[in-house]
Amino acid sequence: MSGTAVGPAAGLTRIPASDEPAIETRELRKEFGRIVALAGLTMTVPRGEVFGFLGPNGAGKTTSVKLLLGLSRPTAGEGRVLGAPLGDVAARRRVGYLPEQFRYQGWMTAREVLGLHCELARLPRADWDPEIRSTLDLVGLAGRADDRTETFSKGMQQRLGLGVAFLGWPELVVLDEPTSALDPVGRQDVRRIIASLRDRGVTVFLNSHLLTEVERVCDRVAIVDRGRVVAELTMAGLLREQGTSIRVTGLDGLAETIAARYGTARVDGQWLNVDGIADANVPALVRELVEQGGAVHAVVPMRRSLEERFMALLGVDGAEPASTDPGATP
Amino acid sequence: MRSTESIVIVARLTLREAFRRRLLWALVGLTVLIIVLTWWGFSRIAEVSPVTGPVEMLGVSQVLVMLAFMFSFVLAMTAVFAGSPAIGPEIENGLLLAVLARPVRRAEVLLGRWLGLAVILVAYALVAGYLEVGAVGLATGYLPTDPAMAPLYLAGEALVLLTLAIVFSTRIASVAGGAIAVVAYGLAWMAGVVGGVGEAFDSNVLRDAGIVARLILPSDVLWRGAAGALSPTEEVLRGGGVASPALYKFSPFSGSAPDPLWLAWCLLWTVGVLAVGIVLLRRREV
Repeated sequence: MSGTAVGPAAGLTRIPASDEPAIETRELRKEFGRIVALAGLTMTVPRGEVFGFLGPNGAGKTTSVKLLLGLSRPTAGEGRVLGAPLGDVAARRRVGYLPEQFRYQGWMTAREVLGLHCELARLPRADWDPEIRSTLDLVGLAGRADDRTETFSKGMQQRLGLGVAFLGWPELVVLDEPTSALDPVGRQDVRRIIASLRDRGVTVFLNSHLLTEVERVCDRVAIVDRGRVVAELTMAGLLREQGTSIRVTGLDGLAETIAARYGTARVDGQWLNVDGIADANVPALVRELVEQGGAVHAVVPMRRSLEERFMALLGVDGAEPASTDPGATP
Repeated sequence: MRSTESIVIVARLTLREAFRRRLLWALVGLTVLIIVLTWWGFSRIAEVSPVTGPVEMLGVSQVLVMLAFMFSFVLAMTAVFAGSPAIGPEIENGLLLAVLARPVRRAEVLLGRWLGLAVILVAYALVAGYLEVGAVGLATGYLPTDPAMAPLYLAGEALVLLTLAIVFSTRIASVAGGAIAVVAYGLAWMAGVVGGVGEAFDSNVLRDAGIVARLILPSDVLWRGAAGALSPTEEVLRGGGVASPALYKFSPFSGSAPDPLWLAWCLLWTVGVLAVGIVLLRRREV
């Protein structure tokens, strides 16, 4: 057992902060015959953050996860996980993993599956029982601990898989579509668990295409497309990417010219969309439009959702313009 | 990190699964039934015609070798059907993903699976084999040439086939891998027959064909060892009217103790094929 890993038996110590990234890859490439699954993945996942890994189907997300965990070997490029080169066996002691295609020994009970993984993860024998108990509580399976897992629903199996991933409080947890089989309550549980992991300094690598999930829980996201990271953004930065939409008539091209001084302006029919304008500057812009003879019918604050950003980055045709903030009244 | 630790964890998991899935209990139950029936059958034979002279002993020996042949077939099938789904399906259904993400090497998973199944097969072969020979001895008083060695050879034969099946399972679908292993087992036995004919009639071509087949898959070396160990002694053969005991040894249901070089080859073959399996598994995408 690594000295830095912590579990209930060791007390809920926080994982010490480190400048070394949890994951670092450079031009990681994977080919299957003539098919290029991953063209050249370059990214850095800082320690202690919840990192969302997003991309359309076939972007190479699961391939990337398998490379990071040493389940697959890269064709080219390099990477480090928790400071060790990809595929390092010893480093895997400090990593928890929920596969996209999760399945556990059906003939075993949930408690036995967790026991097997305590053994495989080389946890000290004395820690097994408290570790298994707290994990069962954490994922809400305490009541079914002694039932064979083949009697479990898909959602319960995924809860067990999450338990397996969280067992022994690893420094890095890699979750591949962790809520695919869960109901809304289960999804909320997962968000709660991820938040508690982050509080303890655990790095969470979340591979998902559920953008609202990612938006709610992640600190930072990387968007991959055709095997490359096309954007890396922080959620805090995304929140700052705001704009205002103003329905104005009677100014024609002048409205755009005026608005361009406040942000990136674009006219769409009667709507003047201004990206990047600070909230404090909106009254000034409205005043100027009115002074120039414009009739302002509505002013709507806009916030770009992750989904809009995602669609825009992937260049999906017909991407809808930024939506209005549901909380705002025109 | 010690490799043996992971191998033992996986082997123990395999054993627990066999117990839990009642595979072992089914084998034990069937074997007890067969042994009781054998004992009863041989007791009846001894009652009808007491096994006192070489002629009766020759008769008992032939039934015993046939039983052993059936037993070796059951063992071979058990080895193949336990080994052929040992790795591949667990990769395909995702069961091994969570295990391989732990500090466990693929080689350790393969060797652990092999070891767990090998323990089951060897224990089964030895317990059932000794009980069978003992039951026949008790019922008739007949003792073959080398009763102590026969179950060991049968266990060895099962290990050879387990090795083949488990290595197939790293790359080939379990049904196909199992079928190929069964066919290979049958061909190896046939090649042994051909080789025996070559020996008996002094044909170099046939003899060499037998040798090549044994080099490729040495299961028949061990079957012939078991059959030889269960064959009657030369005295019984002569007394029973077998004109040429030397020729008798080349029959498919007879044999003699294998040359130590052949036994060494069986060991080397097993290690080599497992090594190939490790390479195949390491190169496989999961």
